[in-house]
Amino acid sequence: MDWTLIFSRAVEAGIGTEAVIYALAAIGLNIHFGYTGLLNFGQAGFLAVGAYGVATTVATLGLPFWLGIVIGLAAAVLFALLLGIPTLRLRADYLAIVTIAAAEIVRLVVRSVALQGTFGGTDGLEAFSDDFYGMNIYSPGQYGIGPIAFDHRTLWVLTVGWILVAAACAVVYLVMKSPWGRVLKAIREDEDAVRSLGKNVFSYKMQALVFGGVIGSLAGFLFALSRAATQPDLFSTELTFFAYTVLILGGAARVFGPVLGAVIFWCLLILVKTGMEEAVNHQVITFITVNQVGSINYMLVGLGLVLLLIYRPQGILGDKREIALDAR
Amino acid sequence: MHADTVNRKAEALAALASVPSEPGAPKPDPILVVDNVVRRFGGLTAVEVEHVEIQRGSITALIGPNGAGKTTFFNQLTGFDTADSGAWTFNGKPMNGVSAHQVARRGMVRTFQLTKALSKLTVMENMRLGAQKQRGENFFRALFSGLWQPQEDEITVRAEELLERFKLGAKRDDFAGSLSGGQRKLLEMARALMVGPELVMLDEPMAGVNPALTQSLLGHVKDLREQGMTVLFVEHDMDMVRDISDWVIVMAQGTVIAEGPPDTIMADARVIDAYLGAHHDAPLTTAEAEEQLHQAEAELEAEIEEKA
Repeated sequence: MDWTLIFSRAVEAGIGTEAVIYALAAIGLNIHFGYTGLLNFGQAGFLAVGAYGVATTVATLGLPFWLGIVIGLAAAVLFALLLGIPTLRLRADYLAIVTIAAAEIVRLVVRSVALQGTFGGTDGLEAFSDDFYGMNIYSPGQYGIGPIAFDHRTLWVLTVGWILVAAACAVVYLVMKSPWGRVLKAIREDEDAVRSLGKNVFSYKMQALVFGGVIGSLAGFLFALSRAATQPDLFSTELTFFAYTVLILGGAARVFGPVLGAVIFWCLLILVKTGMEEAVNHQVITFITVNQVGSINYMLVGLGLVLLLIYRPQGILGDKREIALDAR
Repeated sequence: MHADTVNRKAEALAALASVPSEPGAPKPDPILVVDNVVRRFGGLTAVEVEHVEIQRGSITALIGPNGAGKTTFFNQLTGFDTADSGAWTFNGKPMNGVSAHQVARRGMVRTFQLTKALSKLTVMENMRLGAQKQRGENFFRALFSGLWQPQEDEITVRAEELLERFKLGAKRDDFAGSLSGGQRKLLEMARALMVGPELVMLDEPMAGVNPALTQSLLGHVKDLREQGMTVLFVEHDMDMVRDISDWVIVMAQGTVIAEGPPDTIMADARVIDAYLGAHHDAPLTTAEAEEQLHQAEAELEAEIEEKA
């Protein structure tokens, strides 16, 4: 068995594009769920809106890349407002239902045959990322330390991605230690109490939804740009559930929780997957085939999440004291 | 301080001395005036209050048997529920249709029957949350701590003073969820004061509080009046009501059936009827007595279950 391959793949995944995308998606979810208690199950929708915002503007309409980014961000804000206006006055579970449906609506609209000319149907869109890679500061080639290496395009995506993650973490850190963040955390605990203290709860929940949604759309940009293409089925609900796994693994309501969660999630996922593949290839494991490894891997993810919720519900960075209070 | 205490109470009592003990009696200087507030849940009329005035600077108790509509009435007044009809004014300004947070901003702050301490925030954070017009509560200003830190420091000083007064100073950095039931009541009251209210509305401030702490809570409620605030509170315990209130309003089946000074009210036939049933002093047959006993037990059990 090639242990170097197994570990280098795992490390690459832990700092690679998927980890960055899921870190950003989970930072957005952390604002929604971790800090404000909004059960948003439609984070994939925000990623889709961001990805298709930039892709449609550039590939279909032939407008500049930066305008595409602005349109993607504006679309995420609009999506948050559309979701929030009817649902944020209702109980939390309604938001969960509506967000999961809204994300599916976005996916079904962009993959529809009727709008194939605009969004490209199931094939999606491509040829919108030239400007992005045109800004690449790295000259073509492979960059890396030892067995861990990325090509210049991936490295450019990772550079931009990790800068965005750092910036998002910095903003989250600043606002969450401010009185604004205090209102959000209070809303998570009991929104009637917050109302009775003269705070406009609806407005704060909306701000949180927009803020987290915009960070989700950043993940969408990276998702589309890293593949130089965007397909509707990338934004199915499992993306949202993986993002929740990442968030809970790292620790909700912690600034670095989603980042740590994303790194560990992808590192472990690929470690186990490559490990199993290698073991099957070298006849260490004989009762499964290589084709079955992928499914078994996701079964193990499910098992891992269950064990995590039972034995460490606060995640890696969470505070046990805060969780214990729920068992009053 | 002591002389002042006597004064405020005396002032309130003097102002109320000439008010007739009748439902809907006009007060010399009302802070809150309620007219024809009706709230129905399907076929059930939970609240139907014709006219009530609350005297400024007094402690007014709102009492009544279970299900009399006291809390529902509270919810209407504070914007937590929408009245089907009616109008009410606070400081002369109409308040119907005003949302809950606006009601609080205008100086009418409530607490809840089931205490709403924000468990995963520290006691100090709970207190700071109560302060109004915080610059740092705007998202963009929140990013620059220099813009709100000075105000935050002022708020902290005020919060510390209040926590000392409510004997919670030692708990300032504990999570609110780790406090005892009585301490949570104290915290909720202190937090409400951070808003800087004119009218404090306490929904069963003494429920579930041990007797030792009750005395201290009572002291705090009296203290609110001494600081020039008006207090309206819902309570079950008659002894407590007699001890601290200047005026008592009695609700039963959604309507105000009586009001007056505590001693008058305790002797009022309508009030006794409402609490004990209209025929409580009429002779009973053994069978009737048995039935009433069962009924009372069932009600008691229901109440216990409700509380649990």
